[in-house]
Amino acid sequence: MSAPDRVAAPFGRRLLEVAGVDRLGIYRVLRVADPDGPQPVAGQFAMLAAAEGWGGGEGERPFLPRALSIARVRDGEAHYLLEDVGPGTRRLCELTAGQQIWVHGPLGRGFTAPEPGRRAILSGGGVGIAPLAILQDQLEAAGHPTLVLLGFRDASRLPGAGLLRDARLASDDGSAGHHGLVTELLAAELERDPRALVYACGPAGMLEGVRVLCERAGVPAQLALEAGMACGFGACHGCVVPRRGGGYLRVCLDGPVIDANELDHVDAHAGAPA
Amino acid sequence: MSVEFCGLSLAHPIINGSGTFDAIAARRAFGEGLAEAFPFAAYVSKTITLESRLGNPPPRLWETPAGMINSIGLPNKGLAGYLHEDLPELHAMRGDPSCSADGRSHPVPLITNVMGSTGEELARLVEACAGREEIAAIELNVSCPNVRTGLDIGADPRQLEAVVRAARDLTAKPLIVKLTPNAADVPQCALAAQAGGADAVSLINTLRAIALAPGSALARPWLGGGTGGLSGPAIRPVALAQVAAVAGRVTIPVVGMGGVQSAADARRLLEVGATLVAVGTESFRDPAAGARVARGLL
Repeated sequence: MSAPDRVAAPFGRRLLEVAGVDRLGIYRVLRVADPDGPQPVAGQFAMLAAAEGWGGGEGERPFLPRALSIARVRDGEAHYLLEDVGPGTRRLCELTAGQQIWVHGPLGRGFTAPEPGRRAILSGGGVGIAPLAILQDQLEAAGHPTLVLLGFRDASRLPGAGLLRDARLASDDGSAGHHGLVTELLAAELERDPRALVYACGPAGMLEGVRVLCERAGVPAQLALEAGMACGFGACHGCVVPRRGGGYLRVCLDGPVIDANELDHVDAHAGAPA
Repeated sequence: MSVEFCGLSLAHPIINGSGTFDAIAARRAFGEGLAEAFPFAAYVSKTITLESRLGNPPPRLWETPAGMINSIGLPNKGLAGYLHEDLPELHAMRGDPSCSADGRSHPVPLITNVMGSTGEELARLVEACAGREEIAAIELNVSCPNVRTGLDIGADPRQLEAVVRAARDLTAKPLIVKLTPNAADVPQCALAAQAGGADAVSLINTLRAIALAPGSALARPWLGGGTGGLSGPAIRPVALAQVAAVAGRVTIPVVGMGGVQSAADARRLLEVGATLVAVGTESFRDPAAGARVARGLL
């Protein structure tokens, strides 16, 4: 793989303007005007904080910026997919066009393209589908066809699938597509043809399912992890996940995209702060 | 703006708190943009221990009102890894003449922070640092328990004085003692460090804190390491009180820190007697915070 897996961020946070906020079911797509920002590698993320009203929410939070995957870059805007799951994401969901936001990024290591002969399977769950949208854009622009498998909890979240093209769906409540887990769709696809590279992002339980499935099938997988982090650039050592063979990886610097075979397992409790 | 501190000439009075800015990691994230705008007038390393440490199991962070609790557990490569790998890389970075906030050529001095859990460990750490030209000063992290008594060495003035004296005998480099705020009488500890031969004291370290796991019927600690340290603007008034109290008692310079987010916060610490001010948690929120604070002091 010759393309770089990260681009460097400008040093220091930048004050940018919200271009708009779109609804996708219960999700929000936060669009931030960033005409001069670097072109991110799919899978990279940014640290976001509202310029006003950051603090003083539930429990007098938020205090730290929040790490969000870059979901898409288009027409001088960077898009972020949000779900209100805590005081930080709530405040970001409340933003409206014209308000200001601190952005620090792109950060971390992104996805790399599949080797010839392997098809790209993009498998996402819930709000974790975000980095797969920019990945689909970049892979298809480079001539790699993609198969997209997305899972959602319920009908209120299904509209999130609109972020990607031609997605096959699974839902926990059976409201659309396969009634069950997205990993069941993935298992059937790998059974049919294991010459694939799996790209996955979603809740920890789903990622652990993808990791185990791909390991058993001998299929390489790149997992985009989420972890609570204070800084996003390797300073705080707060976002670690267990590395296979001992020790830890920093999600912000060694990831967020990590080869499944580098991980001991995907841990569920790195999630806060939200 | 330039400041003399323990014989070192610094471009401005703003440095980083140990463990809050990893210059090697930052170079991976920001590339050459970091070297062009290095935010600190001196660079303090993470705490280095004799043996390598993996750090505490996650979760390691908890967000609080106006702050955060960390329980990182001092992960580091150990003394040998630091001296062989990190120190030459840090020295090369600081050797870049553009590494100064005011555009003039002040090379950024490297301060190595060390912690030993026994007198022998500390002696080996200090001796090794004393022998390296790249290191301008040594900071002693004394916020570690005595392996026999379980009490923090830095919280007991008699023990602290003895530890500092032992280190003092091993190096002519400036010796900074990072005081713990988790002590009954912090100024007494500062005086003990001074009596032991410290060239400066730095404070405050994080305040001991815990977070309880959310949604759990039984009170259970959230952080993998059990207890952690509180930092951020939540501790700023405590820092101001302790820095003022210490600066009023010692004759050696004081490095003040704790919740500094702005030049106004830094100025307050300077006004109560600090010679330098360290920016810590605010660098997490904005990696260029040190430069912003320094510019605001002009």
